[in-house]
Amino acid sequence: MKAAEVVMGTGARAAALAVKSARVDVVPGYPITPQTSIIEAVAAMVENGELHARFIPVEGEHSAMAAAVAASAAGARVFTATSANGLLYMHEVLHMASGGRLPVVMCNVNRGIFAPWTLWADHQDSMAQRDTGWIQYHCSSNQEVFNTILQAFRVAEQINIPVMVNFDGFAISHCLMPLTLPPQEDIDRFLPPHEPEWRLDPAHPSSFSNVTNAEEYAPFRQMLSDDIMAAIPLVKQAAQEYKDITGMWDGDTIDTYRLEDAEVVAFAVNSMAAELKLSIDILRQQGIKAGLLRPRLYLPFPAEDIINALPQNAQVMVLDRNYNFGHPGGILASELKSALFGRRNDITVKNRVMGIGGIDLPRRFMADEIRAMMDE
Amino acid sequence: MKTVAARPESLTGAQYHYCPGCTHGIIHRLVAEVIDELGIREKTIGICPVGCAVLAYDYFNCDMLEAAHGRAPAIATGIKRMLPENVVFTYQGDGDLASIGMAEILHASARGEKITVIFVNNAVYGMTGGQMAPTTLLGQVTTTSPYGRKAEVEGYPVRMAEILAENEGSAYIARTTVNKPANVRRTKKAIKKAFEIQQKGLGFTMVEILSACPTNWGLSPVQALEWIDENMIPYYPLGEFKNKEA
Repeated sequence: MKAAEVVMGTGARAAALAVKSARVDVVPGYPITPQTSIIEAVAAMVENGELHARFIPVEGEHSAMAAAVAASAAGARVFTATSANGLLYMHEVLHMASGGRLPVVMCNVNRGIFAPWTLWADHQDSMAQRDTGWIQYHCSSNQEVFNTILQAFRVAEQINIPVMVNFDGFAISHCLMPLTLPPQEDIDRFLPPHEPEWRLDPAHPSSFSNVTNAEEYAPFRQMLSDDIMAAIPLVKQAAQEYKDITGMWDGDTIDTYRLEDAEVVAFAVNSMAAELKLSIDILRQQGIKAGLLRPRLYLPFPAEDIINALPQNAQVMVLDRNYNFGHPGGILASELKSALFGRRNDITVKNRVMGIGGIDLPRRFMADEIRAMMDE
Repeated sequence: MKTVAARPESLTGAQYHYCPGCTHGIIHRLVAEVIDELGIREKTIGICPVGCAVLAYDYFNCDMLEAAHGRAPAIATGIKRMLPENVVFTYQGDGDLASIGMAEILHASARGEKITVIFVNNAVYGMTGGQMAPTTLLGQVTTTSPYGRKAEVEGYPVRMAEILAENEGSAYIARTTVNKPANVRRTKKAIKKAFEIQQKGLGFTMVEILSACPTNWGLSPVQALEWIDENMIPYYPLGEFKNKEA
């Protein structure tokens, strides 16, 4: 058996290497900071023959997603990547991907949105796409980016729903970490070639995304709503089988740290959740029974897994890197409260918004914030 | 003592962030000199692009509004229709205007919006670090065409001045460059003409300016100026493509 290879790579490099390992067929791309290094790396792999794919340098993100949707309808395994306003510009076509049941996988490298401009990370961009019918992962390390893209293709193609793989700009996309690359034959075993049941094929004519009347439209929407919930067991299965084959584990729908006996639980996604593990250690040293619950899957929201994982009478400190405009606080807090309502009345939920527009979130700062929240 | 050269009032004096050898600085100064000479600083409103000139609002000493990527001509339209007595200009690069903003520029021109567009064409996405733009020349190496642009894969470079000159709504369209003193003077004349025609209300005006990007072309500043002569001008000929006044 061939051994895994370990290389140094940024999060963007990890994404590009996953695209190569997934044997993607088509990559439409358009530059936007901080995502650009992904499509640059993919373009180079295509040009030097490492990846047998077609790279399409389109004129904007709206066209990038349109080309992705179309190539997917033609039966291809499709990847693209974007950030911030690029993702917002795609918004209309995101619905076409999910409504058309086309399993595109996209990286969104999280960045705060315009106006005013910022180049730095927060989660407003992807969380603003909450209702587009996409599955959304949030990754907390470079390795998890690599692993998750492969799992994302598998889930997407099993259920015909597109998947967005999110990770923070710069903190993950541009920082070097060691990356373990499993042998290609292991990845091929985990992710078999894409064999869509429906595709544009003149030998077997079919059409996608037609005009419908209400009697047809409503069942389509209901089907999408039902099927996206049905992704949860597939996400778990993909994580487990990926672990069985590669030995690597980032959690399935959720990832936890020192949670079992925790009285105070930090609840956050993406790179800040990795740093929070260190904040938890600081709090434990201070005699506070702290733990972490990180939703790795943001959508579908893994409510059952969260309900089952939270210790009795825990105080949950939701640290949101986004705003839920029109409501106090952030989006994750609202999602969590809605999941817990009537199910876990023993749980107290508190919320802080932090790290907006890339404000740094060091371990001590977050530990101090959590301690302050305990007194509120 | 007599002052023979001074910073135009229409520049704030803030230090440019542009790379050594970049010609944005010259073009900023020319626009500012024209605004001074026409005495329109107090009624001029500029629109910044997304791209290297995103911080132009720090440099131009007039009202400035920042646009989303490619949207500057539509933003300018909204301002000019609301404030027709004001002078409105956009300052855009090729990654902004000829790519994601193609719809906006074509329709602003087709509608004959009485605005002036300063279009800085350096054949590459500068700020994101040198990716292929619609204006990238065939064979030109960029980070997304690392073996050179190929027509069969990436298509052909877009000639914006010629395309927009076809629109009935366009009143003045010219292409210039700033790689030599004589060309700098010609560029200033073209910019002035564009602002004057806007003020006369004759229609849409644009000056496309071939500009150097030594950083992303991988050339020294002097080589980059020569590269404009050797590679860009043969494909992007200089001249006036439309002048409704003439």
